Amino acid sequence: MCALAPACGETAYPQGKAIYEYKCGNCHMADGSGLVGNIPPLALADWLVEHRDDLACVIRYGQQGPIEVNGLQYNGVMQGFPELSDTELTNVANYILTSWGNEQPPLKANEVPAMLEDCELDKPIKVGNPQQLR
Amino acid sequence: MRLPSLRLLVIGFGVSLLAACGDPDGTAEHRAHELPIIGHRDVVNGDTVYHTVGDWAFYRQDSALVTEDMLQGTPYVVDFFFTSCPTICPKVTSNMLRAYDTLAGFDELKFVSFTVDPERDSVAHLANYAGNLGVVGTDRWWFLTGDKFDLYEIADDYMSVAVEDPEVPGGFDHSGRILLVDERGRVRAYADGTDDDEVGHFIADVRHYLQSRAQ
Repeated sequence: MCALAPACGETAYPQGKAIYEYKCGNCHMADGSGLVGNIPPLALADWLVEHRDDLACVIRYGQQGPIEVNGLQYNGVMQGFPELSDTELTNVANYILTSWGNEQPPLKANEVPAMLEDCELDKPIKVGNPQQLR
Repeated sequence: MRLPSLRLLVIGFGVSLLAACGDPDGTAEHRAHELPIIGHRDVVNGDTVYHTVGDWAFYRQDSALVTEDMLQGTPYVVDFFFTSCPTICPKVTSNMLRAYDTLAGFDELKFVSFTVDPERDSVAHLANYAGNLGVVGTDRWWFLTGDKFDLYEIADDYMSVAVEDPEVPGGFDHSGRILLVDERGRVRAYADGTDDDEVGHFIADVRHYLQSRAQ
């Protein structure tokens, strides 16, 4: 009897959770903790609060350059995930925005396309092997 | 009667499993036995000769050239990784960091991380990565880079897979193992660095090994 799914430790975004664990968890960890100093956390991240509206762009195109998350500097490269449809992207974003203590208003399916129209990057960042990057 | 003894064995196995599960960080002494010596062995003139890791020379994150010789007499924990890895490395590194923090009381233990991507992981890059993790100086954790083929060759000695493979995300196929090498260059324990429970038992084994060594 799990009428209130989150109360049972489950998520309202099962597809988002599955995508997160497959695409994101390697770096950001299953519990959203990241890797201290090198990969920023998502759990209780102030960056997410300040950049909720940028999250869709970051997932689709990636992120690079210095950012500050919870008082620590990060300067890594995150690849983009252009293979995710708008719906998949919305679900994974909402899993992130509502998990591990995060309590942000989820993105609405119909606001995501507009968010993706005005991204800073227009080409997804690739993290390939040295030959491919040359 | 074979049956009762078999049943006893099954019950015993169940109990030891329970003990292991109830103690994920492995602080209890549930392994009174000595750690095995892992790997190929030969008998030469009646003496057993164990697999040991070979000689190597690589550059450390402080740009010093260091060799395997310098670790003779020192037990150390090893992994293979690369800093721009989009797959298993961050998880393995987070478990290396967990072992590094948990075993901080053992001054004699070192940690050694070999990159498999020396082209991108320069000394400066490794220094930056180590500093970001909170690793200060080189007393306890070495991050090593050098000749690509030397690194791949040494991976075999450490029972790890490390090869360039354009088909794999990030461009390198590697196994993500964490290993304990003893003060004589012999592999004594290993774990899948992506498996938190396995690493918990590995940390318990390392602690047990260091404690029994100190006695």
